[in-house]
Amino acid sequence: MDKLPRWADIALIPAINLALALIVSGIVVTFIGQDPFEALAIMVNGAVGSTYGWGYTLYYATNFVFTGLAVAIAFHARLFNIGGEGQAQLGSLGVALVSLMIPWPHWTLALPAAIVGGAVFGAAWAAIPAYLQATRGSHIVITTIMFNFIASALLVYLLVETLKVPGSMAPETARFPEGARLPSARDVLAVIGVPFSRTPLNVSFLVALFACWALWLLLWRTRLGFEIRAFGRSEPAARYAGISPLRITMIAMLISGALAGLMAINAVMGEQERLIQDNVLGAGFVGIAVALMGRSHPVGVLIAAILFGALYQGGAELEFETAVPREMVVVIQALVILFTGALDGMVRRPLEGMFLRFRRKPKPGVAAE
Amino acid sequence: MTAPAIELKGISKSFGAVQANKDIALRVMPGTIHGIIGENGAGKSTLMSILYGFYTADSGEIFIRGEKTDVADSQTAIRSGIGMVFQHFKLVQNFTVLENIVLGAEEGALLKTSLGKARTLLRQLSDDYELHVDPDALIEDLGVGMQQRVEILKALYRRADILILDEPTGVLTPSEADHLFRILQGLKGEGKTVILITHKLREIMDVTDTVSVMRRGEMAATVKTSNTSPEKLAELMVGRAVLLRVDKAPADPGGTVLEVENLRVVDGAGVERLRGVSLHVRRGEILGIAGVAGNGQSELLEVLGGMREGRGKVMLNGVPLDLSGKKSDARTRRKRGIGHVPEDRQREGLIMDFHVWENVGFGYQDDPRYNRGLLMNNDALRDDARAKIDKFDVRPPDCWQTARNFSGGNQQKIVIARELERKPDLLLVGQPTRGVDIGAIEFIHEQIVALRDEGKAILLVSVELDEIMSLSDRIAVMFDGRIMGERLPAKTSERELGLLMAGITDTDMAHPVAEVEANLAKTAETRG
Repeated sequence: MDKLPRWADIALIPAINLALALIVSGIVVTFIGQDPFEALAIMVNGAVGSTYGWGYTLYYATNFVFTGLAVAIAFHARLFNIGGEGQAQLGSLGVALVSLMIPWPHWTLALPAAIVGGAVFGAAWAAIPAYLQATRGSHIVITTIMFNFIASALLVYLLVETLKVPGSMAPETARFPEGARLPSARDVLAVIGVPFSRTPLNVSFLVALFACWALWLLLWRTRLGFEIRAFGRSEPAARYAGISPLRITMIAMLISGALAGLMAINAVMGEQERLIQDNVLGAGFVGIAVALMGRSHPVGVLIAAILFGALYQGGAELEFETAVPREMVVVIQALVILFTGALDGMVRRPLEGMFLRFRRKPKPGVAAE
Repeated sequence: MTAPAIELKGISKSFGAVQANKDIALRVMPGTIHGIIGENGAGKSTLMSILYGFYTADSGEIFIRGEKTDVADSQTAIRSGIGMVFQHFKLVQNFTVLENIVLGAEEGALLKTSLGKARTLLRQLSDDYELHVDPDALIEDLGVGMQQRVEILKALYRRADILILDEPTGVLTPSEADHLFRILQGLKGEGKTVILITHKLREIMDVTDTVSVMRRGEMAATVKTSNTSPEKLAELMVGRAVLLRVDKAPADPGGTVLEVENLRVVDGAGVERLRGVSLHVRRGEILGIAGVAGNGQSELLEVLGGMREGRGKVMLNGVPLDLSGKKSDARTRRKRGIGHVPEDRQREGLIMDFHVWENVGFGYQDDPRYNRGLLMNNDALRDDARAKIDKFDVRPPDCWQTARNFSGGNQQKIVIARELERKPDLLLVGQPTRGVDIGAIEFIHEQIVALRDEGKAILLVSVELDEIMSLSDRIAVMFDGRIMGERLPAKTSERELGLLMAGITDTDMAHPVAEVEANLAKTAETRG
């Protein structure tokens, strides 16, 4: 007997968690002498009150979908990949190399190639910790986070030593050629006559939606997904079924790294159009919160990613419009993560109790241990 | 008249739609051994958890020694003199016996005084109740029987005079169980009250004064043990007449299916778990492996089932099996025609969070029937699940439930259905009826015998001697990673097997199995 109806599990609990996070945030905002309701209004309006707000919200959300899905698939194999940050950085390197080295005639050709580049580089970066975990038992949490630092150092080295434009002061590559720049939402919507603000939102968003669908298909409709989910829920059972732990650990982490690497098509190819030093900006870590809040389900990840995108964009507006400092926005995001991730049980347990009490009367003849 | 040690009135408890205890009344008189028997899911454990303060009853009253008590938590229960010995011991493995006994009942910041006091008391308790344990031994060095004594001592140290034991004999050899019962008799003699929760009818008959039978959350009956019989109790438990013996025709064994020679397994810690096991199983026979849990039976099943690597020689239908490397996995074993009902269905045999239909394909996800190109054919899985649910009478008959939501017996039926319906040449079965209710036990035994009668070979591992005795056509006893001997069920006794299980080979009843075997082979030849 499931303790909670499905809708409560996937919608009600996150909503309550979010509300609690906002209430506590409101209290903090009050303490620093600002009107919490005004702050909330500015945030909501800034995030979804205009095409400009939506553009930024969805742009951020695209990043978070990729990193969130990356964490989610690893979760399904009971692997905690906190190396999304590093894998995304390596992905950005892959995307940049593909975009710069080949003179692409049109973005429709460049994009698939960049997807492959980003995915391969991200996957390769995840492969090493995965192999160490599967064969040596080196804990993946430790190795992936160490690989974040290595990735960051590697990128700086390459940008300073080899990829930098000669004579330039900035540690960044040249701007990608015309054929390797992705059309923005404004360009695309203009074709069908819909006006949209100039924002970094680009066609990568569609790739992100596709990735959600593809991951759902993989996890719940294929044999590989079946094996990944089985392995994640019980390793002894997987062994019993002849599912190789090495194989599943490797595949799940390769897919995870590839998804994290794909973030670069949005951030690097779609927005920055060059490889810069800090192109991930914490999205790899936000992905963890997104996957937690989205219960590792692609649809949940998508919704949570949009929420976090809105928090990012709304937070930026808040900083711009009021005396609420930038750090406050980080506090609000942290509270959302705290309530949706770490304090989930605080809401869940009383709610389960409540649902049990209001359930229909017991069927006769059903007994429990 | 003295007040009952424990009196429960109108206890009800439900978990959601499931009513685990329904208006339960129970009186346990002081100085008696009171048995509580019932199928899995009948509500025995829930009731005891309420008494011990783990759960709070939705309604009803608890009286301890005539006094109404509100058992809000286990601290209250302990203060009221209730001690509980759990099925799974709660001991700190790398602490000594004395430290474990004091743990949680320390007096003061320094251990020395408590330990000294405990040592004196322990000596006294050991003398009074035949509970001899070395106070300075580490728990990890003690056998399960000893560990259980430590649990009992822990309760007595906390001045328990009402002792609840939850399935205490599950891990004991028959002689250890007998010793436990002597201890319980001693406790009773000292005026203590013992509540024994079990599903073994024989124990109830042997040791209790009164017995309460629970069925589907209700108290079906409370009777004097001397006025009842195992058959009557079984009927009360299940609600219908139950066949306690397995009804099977004599085996008609054919050619050898499985031949194991000098099989060795070393575990991760470098301990040799199988030390040269040799055995064979023939078409149409059930070879039962008896033994106390932890003597290598699990490793035997695991290595044959492809869950662990080993050394030695294993032939299946005359073709050797890879015991290490890539081809030694469970997937390859299944393709070679080995079915496996694992010992721990919840950890290994099922994915508890998967739906029944997903579990029905678990292990056979490669089967072309369940696949359609790149995608899995979930419709085919669901159809297959519905057919199996129907044939094996899995309840509730809903292929969309997760395995977690089924009782132990129904979970096992799912595993049995999956493995037996494949008609494997060799079926490995571990603890087929552990935690399974009587009604389902009967059914599962029938299915295993039916598979045997179809000419399949079956290797059965069970710690339940009754099960081994009644189901097997031949019995091999394992002790410390070795086969101590083989016996025929008709020509051996529980006593002899019990001695073998304890590693004692020179029994006065020994008789040459080989001779009997030779005779059987001769008859088989003349027949066919």
